[in-house]
Amino acid sequence: MLKDEDRIFQNLYNDSGADIESAKLRNDWNGTKDILEKGREWIINEVKSSELRGRGGAGFPTGLKWSFAPKEVGSRPHYLVINADESEPGTCKDRDILRFEPHKLIEGCLIASYAVNAHKCYIYIRGEYFNEGQKLQTAIDEAYKNNLIGKNALNSGWDLDIYIHYGAGAYICGEETALLESLEGKKGQPRLKPPFPALIGLYGCPTIINNVETVAAVPTILRRGAKWFNSLGRPKNTGTKIYCISGNVNNPCNVEEEMGIPLKELIETHAGGVVGGWDNLKAVIPGGSSMPMLPKEICDNMKMDFDACVENKTGLGTAGIVVINNDQDIIKCMARIARFYKHESCGQCTPCREGSGWMWRMLERMAAGEATPNEVDMLFDVTKQIEGHTICAFGEGSSWPVQGLIRHFKDEILERNKFDPVVKKQKNIPYLVDQHLLEKENA
Amino acid sequence: MSIKKIHKEQPETFKFNDKSMEAANKIVSNYPEGKQQSAVMALLYIAQRQNDNWIPLQAMKYIAKFLEMPYIKVYEVATFYSMYNLSPVGKYFFQICTTTPCMLRGAYDLVKVCKNKISEKENVLSEDGKISWMEVECLGACVNAPMMQVNEDYYEDLNDKKLEEIIETIYQNKIPKPGSYSGRINAEPVNNRKTLLENKNA
Repeated sequence: MLKDEDRIFQNLYNDSGADIESAKLRNDWNGTKDILEKGREWIINEVKSSELRGRGGAGFPTGLKWSFAPKEVGSRPHYLVINADESEPGTCKDRDILRFEPHKLIEGCLIASYAVNAHKCYIYIRGEYFNEGQKLQTAIDEAYKNNLIGKNALNSGWDLDIYIHYGAGAYICGEETALLESLEGKKGQPRLKPPFPALIGLYGCPTIINNVETVAAVPTILRRGAKWFNSLGRPKNTGTKIYCISGNVNNPCNVEEEMGIPLKELIETHAGGVVGGWDNLKAVIPGGSSMPMLPKEICDNMKMDFDACVENKTGLGTAGIVVINNDQDIIKCMARIARFYKHESCGQCTPCREGSGWMWRMLERMAAGEATPNEVDMLFDVTKQIEGHTICAFGEGSSWPVQGLIRHFKDEILERNKFDPVVKKQKNIPYLVDQHLLEKENA
Repeated sequence: MSIKKIHKEQPETFKFNDKSMEAANKIVSNYPEGKQQSAVMALLYIAQRQNDNWIPLQAMKYIAKFLEMPYIKVYEVATFYSMYNLSPVGKYFFQICTTTPCMLRGAYDLVKVCKNKISEKENVLSEDGKISWMEVECLGACVNAPMMQVNEDYYEDLNDKKLEEIIETIYQNKIPKPGSYSGRINAEPVNNRKTLLENKNA
């Protein structure tokens, strides 16, 4: 288990309050000016050598992302945008940072905006987190009052304004370019990439977009040094991460742990184990609902970091761990996730808009045992037609969980779905009969 | 996105009151000059708050003029995002999360209670007109599942009994306390906390 002093988010459970006085006791805003004085190069290099990877799901190296921002500010200003549109089912880490550790986030914003030459920072919070947003606003006001941000912040000569922008209940706005569209006051429909936001982003200006947890971790990393952060986890998967453990466990919770902690240890130690014991485990979704699920055999020995997850054909994503035990109907669970994606598809690309509905309807029938055995392969084919044929990663996000189900639980689906329309001559079921054959019959 | 119904009976006019106007001007000043369109989402919220938690078409027209943008663009935004109510909802608007992490812990029991105690169908007002309910997608409090949102507050760690109590409290004209209903603090593991104990006991 990670030592308490190595935890970045000391106030994860709000033991001591989120106000500035308590935050300063936790070492926030300590020596921030010295960090800024070391210069842009130093900050970006230090973040690079800490090997911090983005905590929003894709795991892109943060230092590298910052270095994509143009070195000199041209005719267009730079922007920093913080993605707090946390909507991935299974994930609720950013919420606790927004309400209990807002000063870590604000301090991170100051450092990041300095590193990427931005004087304006927008924090895009999902609309449902209204109370969390109000708490963050209180912290921002405190920071303005103490000259931590604003004009000539910390007397460092750097100006920074932070604004909160509320979303309104669209999962897709967590995708960075959809978020920018939403921030510009449009429908949240993703843009084509390239051009990447680092060059052409918000209002056509260079924009760096980071997740809340990533930015909030930066001040501590710079204070304690990249070496410290590097020493946790393993190369390319360094540092700590907030894991959200939900579903069929005895004590669902958020907990900050070292990268690469074994999944079993995480669930048994912190979440009080699976309901009904470890042997009652059916499957685990390791990184929020977009990531393919894993059966118990793999969970027994799996480590929780980016590369270990990829080796097992899944992903760490946002580290939202959803535990499903044997008391649940696994097909029904996936059908509900498919319904989520059907509801949240933005409607821009046909494969995703139509395909997400297909997957949901097929899975609902499979859960009820009303599908034919060959439809399982057909469903897999549908997921392959969506994956990679859409503008944004939502196509992958909606099809991977279904692929995960088919990969690991195909036998169970086949067991339940033995329906055969030809043998029983149930020709009047419209979706199983070629429509033009019916027409001929009537002609 | 979700299918939205525009309410049949629309008010003939809509105007920001002084409080809304002040808030709206402040929001517009957050964005660079000429980019006031960015404020459309916030202004729709302001209109919704002013108008008993729903947005009439006149409000969209008003906002379009206010921000110098086409009406259809405001309409587009209002229909795209799920948190804008285009027809009236109850004074207490129950939103039950039923996405998989909540479903695993019994969110559909809560739906059953809503059907019994509020109204048989979603988005239909209860008999005294105070409450309406609907199923929503993940609200981002998965470790506190099952949970629901009433207006702006989260009610966490629920079960059918506790939800019944909450509904009864509202029927008795009292406002139930938001937060966790299993007695735990925020997102910590109940009776099983092994981290940051020094802070807890400090």
